[in-house]
Amino acid sequence: MFLETKNLTKKFGGLTAVNNVDFAIEQGKINAIIGPNGAGKSTFFNLISGFHPPSSGQIIFKGQDITNLPSNKIAELGVARTFQTTNLFDQATVLDNVIVGHRLRTKSNLFDAILRTKRLKREEQQCREKAIEVLDFVGLTDVSHKLAGGLSQEEKKRVAFALGLATNPEIIFLDEPAAGVNPDETEGLAELMVKMVESGVTVCLIEHKMSMIMKLADRIMVLNYGEKIAEGTPTEIKNNDAVIKAYLGGSAIA
Amino acid sequence: MATIFKQRNMIAFFILIALVFPFLTNNNYLIHVMTLAFIWMIAVYGLNLLAGYTGYLSLAHAGFFAIGAYSLSLLTTKAEMNYWLAFVLALIITSVLGLLVGLISLRTKEHFFAIYTLCVGYIIYLVIDKWDSLTGGIRGLIGIPSPANIGPLTFNTPVANYYLVLFFLLLTILIMYRIVHSLTGRTFIAIRNSEDLAQTIGISTMTNKLLVFVISTFFAGLAGALYASFIRFIGPDIGYINVTFDILTYLIVGGIGTLSGPIVGTIIIVWVSQQLQFLQDYRMMIFGPILTLLVIFYPRGISGGIYDWTMKRKEKKRQNIDKNQQMISAQETSAASNKNG
Repeated sequence: MFLETKNLTKKFGGLTAVNNVDFAIEQGKINAIIGPNGAGKSTFFNLISGFHPPSSGQIIFKGQDITNLPSNKIAELGVARTFQTTNLFDQATVLDNVIVGHRLRTKSNLFDAILRTKRLKREEQQCREKAIEVLDFVGLTDVSHKLAGGLSQEEKKRVAFALGLATNPEIIFLDEPAAGVNPDETEGLAELMVKMVESGVTVCLIEHKMSMIMKLADRIMVLNYGEKIAEGTPTEIKNNDAVIKAYLGGSAIA
Repeated sequence: MATIFKQRNMIAFFILIALVFPFLTNNNYLIHVMTLAFIWMIAVYGLNLLAGYTGYLSLAHAGFFAIGAYSLSLLTTKAEMNYWLAFVLALIITSVLGLLVGLISLRTKEHFFAIYTLCVGYIIYLVIDKWDSLTGGIRGLIGIPSPANIGPLTFNTPVANYYLVLFFLLLTILIMYRIVHSLTGRTFIAIRNSEDLAQTIGISTMTNKLLVFVISTFFAGLAGALYASFIRFIGPDIGYINVTFDILTYLIVGGIGTLSGPIVGTIIIVWVSQQLQFLQDYRMMIFGPILTLLVIFYPRGISGGIYDWTMKRKEKKRQNIDKNQQMISAQETSAASNKNG
């Protein structure tokens, strides 16, 4: 398996946010995690990307146990993620904001900076080229010299994608990438995700927009109260009783 | 007009003025005031990298300034060490103590960090004030030597001292300029914008924060060491909280997180307070409201305000060009369709 979790559990005091979740992500697919608000989706992301240590369980990426690695090490292994809101430096251009995304692949340190060594110049060029490349990929070449403060919500989402892609990831976790953007723009972001998978980056996303998920995802996992209640293809999920009940409510199993 | 205010030009202009300043005046007092202002600038630059570029407001800055000053003074007066050896050792001592304080204090964030470092700064002050046998307590230390000769260079005249301090200031500016415009600087700025985001794009935030904290204390120590050998007597009050807030005021007025801010802020406040000396402590009645207004309307200080203004103008210009081009292309298409029709 490409990336999998085994019995992953996270407890915050008395609250079990993620409970015994086994989940496997296939390479080259679009994987989705859905569930009602408070189901533990974001916590699940935070566990995988190393922001919270899990209470128990394991996370394995390409055969390597990454359960207790700090998030920057996980990023170095090729796992990127975006947040629901991306804090950009509003007073700098979009390009300047994205250049730092490739920093983890460079080695120059403080002394390179003070002495302006060849290595620094070469790596700066490398980071700049990478930023231009990923901004082109997400379709933001036109605004790359605009100040980040003047971007629309959808453009900000694309910058977040670009930042993630600049780290040279093999898999990218997107936390509600289409939240707060209009239906047309949602369509555009969906196309971008397909493009990412085609370029060889596996995608895993949390999303609330069902129509988008059902069209886009290859596999879906449904979380409710921290537990996995279903997993499968969009058609299977659509017809799953437990999922319908979780979303629409309903009495005990009839 | 806008090019005059470009950070690089502003700094170049300042350097030029600073270099010829002693030729413009014979007044030793003015040279003394300027030298002191330069020393403060070095400390302000140190705080700027930490508070302005990395987003960690340390209020222990005066403490490290005092550590630098006292280290140099004790090593030269009590240990009777060679001046420049003591100078280097003072910087090392300050940086090592900075590393130790950073290791603990950087576990906190935002206002907790500010409060924690405020306490650290006060503890440093208290230690200096109470450790009578070592630091001389409230009486302070006297007889600190001025910088020793380097070959043919001597530093016993005010003008020579002025140029020595200016040399260190220019070195500081150069180092800061290079750090800020490098990948290391971009890393710091990424941490300021969002630590979580910085970490997800693979930046080891703790290592970088520790690095910047040590750099910041290093420059506080440098300023302190220069101060001690320039004034030649020191007391515990140089490590007092007031000094931290003076440094912070220079930074905020000039522009936190800008490269020319420390120069602009320090020069303006030092000169204005010189001019208003007849008002004594009532000066604060003028500074207070001005500072408040500045923070409300120009949170990035004078330099930041000017920078934002020029960026806005640029943006407007670009939009106008875009609009004109659109109009031209629209006219062309309508002309073409007229022809076809």
